[in-house]
Amino acid sequence: MKLHEYQAKELLARYGVAVPAGFAASNIDEAVGAAEKLGGGFWVVKAQVHAGGRGKGRFTEESTPQVIQDVLAGAADVPGKGGVQLCRSIEEVRAAATSMLGNTLVTKQTGQDGVKVNTIYVTGGADIEREFYVAALLDRQTSKVVLMASTEGGTEIEEVAEENPDAIFKVQIDPVTGLGGWQARELAFKLGLEGKSVRKAAKLLKGLYNCYVATDADMLEINPLILTPEGDVVALDAKMSVDSNGAYRQKEIVEMHDASEDDPSEVEAAAFGLNFIKLDGNIGCMVNGAGLAMATMDIIKLYGGDPANFLDVGGGATKEAVTAAFKIISKDENVRAIMVNIFGGIMKCDVIAEGVIAAVKDVGLEMPLIVRLAGTNVDLGKQLLNDSGLAISTADTMADAAKIAVESIA
Amino acid sequence: MSVLVDKTTRLICQGITGSAGAFHCEQMMKYGTNLVGGVTPGKGGQTFNGSVPIFNTVAEAKSATDANATVIFVPPPFAADAICEAVDCGIELIVCITEGIPAADMVNVHAYMEGKGSRMIGPNCPGIITPDGCKIGIMPGHIHKSGNIGVVSRSGTLTYEAVGQLTAIGLGQSTCIGIGGDPIIGTNHTDALKLFNEDPDTHAVIMIGEIGGDAEEKACAWAKENMTKPVVGFIAGATAPPGRRMGHAGAIISGGKGTAEAKFAAMEDAGIHVVRSPADMGRKLQEIMG
Repeated sequence: MKLHEYQAKELLARYGVAVPAGFAASNIDEAVGAAEKLGGGFWVVKAQVHAGGRGKGRFTEESTPQVIQDVLAGAADVPGKGGVQLCRSIEEVRAAATSMLGNTLVTKQTGQDGVKVNTIYVTGGADIEREFYVAALLDRQTSKVVLMASTEGGTEIEEVAEENPDAIFKVQIDPVTGLGGWQARELAFKLGLEGKSVRKAAKLLKGLYNCYVATDADMLEINPLILTPEGDVVALDAKMSVDSNGAYRQKEIVEMHDASEDDPSEVEAAAFGLNFIKLDGNIGCMVNGAGLAMATMDIIKLYGGDPANFLDVGGGATKEAVTAAFKIISKDENVRAIMVNIFGGIMKCDVIAEGVIAAVKDVGLEMPLIVRLAGTNVDLGKQLLNDSGLAISTADTMADAAKIAVESIA
Repeated sequence: MSVLVDKTTRLICQGITGSAGAFHCEQMMKYGTNLVGGVTPGKGGQTFNGSVPIFNTVAEAKSATDANATVIFVPPPFAADAICEAVDCGIELIVCITEGIPAADMVNVHAYMEGKGSRMIGPNCPGIITPDGCKIGIMPGHIHKSGNIGVVSRSGTLTYEAVGQLTAIGLGQSTCIGIGGDPIIGTNHTDALKLFNEDPDTHAVIMIGEIGGDAEEKACAWAKENMTKPVVGFIAGATAPPGRRMGHAGAIISGGKGTAEAKFAAMEDAGIHVVRSPADMGRKLQEIMG
């Protein structure tokens, strides 16, 4: 569950992390009002979308197709204005807001379609002495939260890890004590900070860790973290995502989350307890279990096809959930065949068969449907499918099912 | 002929009166698992299925039944607490089925377990089964067959798929361990390979991994130096898009790390017999077993 920059900063500020003053705005007047309220002569206007790479991103409505292709390819220098604009007058703030709101931002991470910008964030400008990177995340190897810091601020951490791994410093945090003051200072010194800035950085790092834990975050990144000429240490940007397993106790964050960027079919699937991820291919899949669902996508690819989605109906899916799954897959205009792969354990094959039959009768079937059933009550399930009189192909193995599915649309 | 669990395992269930707990306890008993007790706070003194005593706490259950294993069906908000209770009572094997425990809770559990004598399998896993002896978890017992192949996997139904393939060609299993799909788990691939390597009755292993993290790579590095038995390997998620969580909390390619290709390469480097098709796991094993 991703949050916008302005939301992450609001949360971070509650834990003592210094952030520049700023206001979110959803229309041009609000943006101008925000700049006037902030005062000064220098503002930054930032598109609030979940994807990274906003500064180097470009708006579809204002760019040539070539520019958009260059953005997607990660070109260093592309003409035009992006999702982060520096403004030196109120008129420039108005122009920046106009260029962003309602338009579609394409960044290296959004893909071709880009993301519509509904909210922008207007902040005061800051003088930058130096830039750093800091982040809190879960280290799966040690099962501990780690704080990571680097002197290469502004650069993506994966790039730093590749080119200059010695510039990354890490501390592991004991959940009993939390981030030690000594650990925070150690990082601050390693970043080359001095004097009162060390104390300020340590306070910020503690706030970062405390915020991470309290919000059930699974990634909380400040890039860049800046040192100002006055020696202040400030979070200039923030990227945050929250563990959906913690959603039940993070009601405020669930409410904050901007679902407008979520795929509508994924939202619909989630309401039925289905785990659905839309992909670009043309063979829809319906599978029980995440591992088997991934393996089903893989085997479709192996036989020369392209999966249209990941769909895990879960361990205890009902007839209703199966019907919903079937409808969601059929709705995708790219889908030209559907492969169902069920290994019945707790889930009985006859229940799946009933669900499939009900769904086909309800939705209609205008494309090849290949069903592979195995495990609990497999014979009963196959019998039901065969007796249904519907044009459903059955297969005994997932290899056969994948092969039939791919051949059916060749 | 097994690892971790067999006919002598004395199992209790935490969350025995919940709908999932009750259903699966009945299934486990039918399979022949030695279920000696259950725990539901406030229902101590009652019995489950007419014969299994229910206790208020794990401590009471342990002292009355001398249980050495527990299976946990407690809902996510309370599951971490249930694990710690079992650890505190010195239960040797803790199998946590619960899916959806916040990672932050598991960070605490992991730290709490350090230096204590318990081993955990899961969470978010199907459990562990030694065919014809002991089934602890939610897997369908009837697809298994007793034999000499060890199976370890992060997934549930993909494990059943592997087991189904083995049983269909007459190859039985020593023990099958579903280690779970979460980023923080108690027993990882390396631990499972070590156990199978030391078990005289396991002759070969199927190892199933998936995208996300680097536990498979670590296991491969260990296997390269130490594994004396043949291993067949498959990784799920070669077609998964980066940055998306594929159902399992731990199945995500982030920052270019945790790809299926990197894991397949590590397997090949370790001399593991890689299959690119999940339909070929059983066949490949049969081939190398001669």
